[in-house]
Amino acid sequence: MRPDGRGETESLYFDYPHFEPPSDRAGLTRRARVAIVGAGPVGMTAALALAKEGIASVLFDAKASFNDGSRAICVARQSFYILDRIGAVAPFLEKALGWTTGRSFYRGRQILEFDMPESPREKYRPMYNIQQQFIEQYLWETIEREPLIEARWQSEVTGIEDTSDGVTLTVRDPKGGYDMAADWVLAADGARSPTRKMRGLRLKGENYEGRYVIADVQMNHDYPTIRRALFDPDCRRGGTVLVHKQPDNIWRIDYQLRDDESTETAMAEGEVRRSVTAVLSDLGHDGAWELEWWSVYSANTLALDDYRDGRVFFIGDSAHIVPIFGVRGLNNGLADAQNIAWKLARVIAGRAPEGLLDSYTPERRGATLDVFANASKSARFMTPPTEGWRLMRDAALSLALTHPFAGELANPRQMTPYTYADSPIVLPDESGFEGGPVPGAALPEARVGDGFLSDLLGPGFNLLTFDPELEGLAKDDLTIVVLQAKTEAESALGTGPGVTYLVRPDGHVAARWREASPEAVRAALHRSIGGDEP
Amino acid sequence: MTPEQLETIYEALATQLDAIPQPQRELFLAKLVLLQAHEAADPDTTLRHIAEAERDLDD
Repeated sequence: MRPDGRGETESLYFDYPHFEPPSDRAGLTRRARVAIVGAGPVGMTAALALAKEGIASVLFDAKASFNDGSRAICVARQSFYILDRIGAVAPFLEKALGWTTGRSFYRGRQILEFDMPESPREKYRPMYNIQQQFIEQYLWETIEREPLIEARWQSEVTGIEDTSDGVTLTVRDPKGGYDMAADWVLAADGARSPTRKMRGLRLKGENYEGRYVIADVQMNHDYPTIRRALFDPDCRRGGTVLVHKQPDNIWRIDYQLRDDESTETAMAEGEVRRSVTAVLSDLGHDGAWELEWWSVYSANTLALDDYRDGRVFFIGDSAHIVPIFGVRGLNNGLADAQNIAWKLARVIAGRAPEGLLDSYTPERRGATLDVFANASKSARFMTPPTEGWRLMRDAALSLALTHPFAGELANPRQMTPYTYADSPIVLPDESGFEGGPVPGAALPEARVGDGFLSDLLGPGFNLLTFDPELEGLAKDDLTIVVLQAKTEAESALGTGPGVTYLVRPDGHVAARWREASPEAVRAALHRSIGGDEP
Repeated sequence: MTPEQLETIYEALATQLDAIPQPQRELFLAKLVLLQAHEAADPDTTLRHIAEAERDLDD
């Protein structure tokens, strides 16, 4: 919401573009390979990831502009790799505020300072803060340069019917309505996904009743980019407040609502201003500030049982709603987009059997359940659901004032990329490895020469090896990267003259060997694209 | 721990509980358990104690 007298997209710092519905009506009904419903960060990332693979898509959004407000502001390291792969990362690096440190306070006293792992070996920081408008703008600018993506704004998908070889979408825009056939659909239409409703599907899971107001203010406030969590502060006795810095002097203030506070009352502008004033006073800020935008969210753990329904795949919030504390909502959505894109592209191009698509749900839903486990822990600490949880939380906080070990209980479990260990297309691990990523895990980073290990990767599958004999295996969709011993790459991957890793297009390890034969590599590659087990 | 030492602890706890107003007593006990458990560094024993302490509460 915006202060009285300002429209939904009247921001203090961001000029919202206005997009017209398609003016050229001739080709609107042409069949599409892939239709993507929803042009938020997840839908746009999916379109770009498909385009990188040479697959065209049509992207629909019912709105005439980007999403209102800063919404998801924490973008994790792993997401920067996704942005890098789709050719969109440059403006993000320029604008976003990288950070590593979090501080927790109890009744105004600091009880914990934690740092997310960072080293010179890393190409990207562990976390970046950037408003969702910029995320959408930068992705959109990349899409505008991409001939394979056709975007249709003010275009609402109102119907979706299965046909023998695809789906038919019914689309309505201000200029009229039409039907369009598509081979595949990616539903990226958010938490209240109309596509999900039209398919008769429901999110399932636990509901956490914690409600948070998120408010953005613009002010000159001298504090580094450090996430602050205020437990039981003077401004909100019994509650929790989170404070994040964003670009353009925007500060995000999240505060929990008490059970006896109605959402409607809490969302009134006067009440938001009163609450923000109290928080800023606790932070010691007595300068001027302007209210930019505010919203409310509930901490939920909900997901679809199956992220696939026939020829429709659910990506992002349409498939899962997670509590905010793990900063996994957007980051997981981007990973969904990347995961389905590389698989769908290979199936469409006839380079992989359709069975490859069956690995999408186990991999990405597994990642969601992992988030639930971690985020639920954080949520129970931030918003204790019962008396017992509240008592133990308060005991830990009170003890943490004098004993740092107890403060660790307040440490939000930080985002590390999920390991697809139980995936049907990931091979079992070999014994004898000391360290290095297991199959299913994300490839770690290392410095190689003047650049990074990730810079050496080709666009499809990659074989990273210390054995130059394997160089001859290079073919379409498989790049061979021969690494040198006694380097950072060796310490990241494991020592041995024959150590070899097969890395998928999404940067996750598909298989690894102490000694790799060409036959073993071929068999693993076959399995990684959904081929039958030999 | 000798019976005398245990008695000292028993008395110190009783005195301390009396000195803490009722609303904060639970919090105090919870803090004490966390501190003891951390110091003991024996999670299995602590978990067993949690189960044992719950017995016969309504007698």
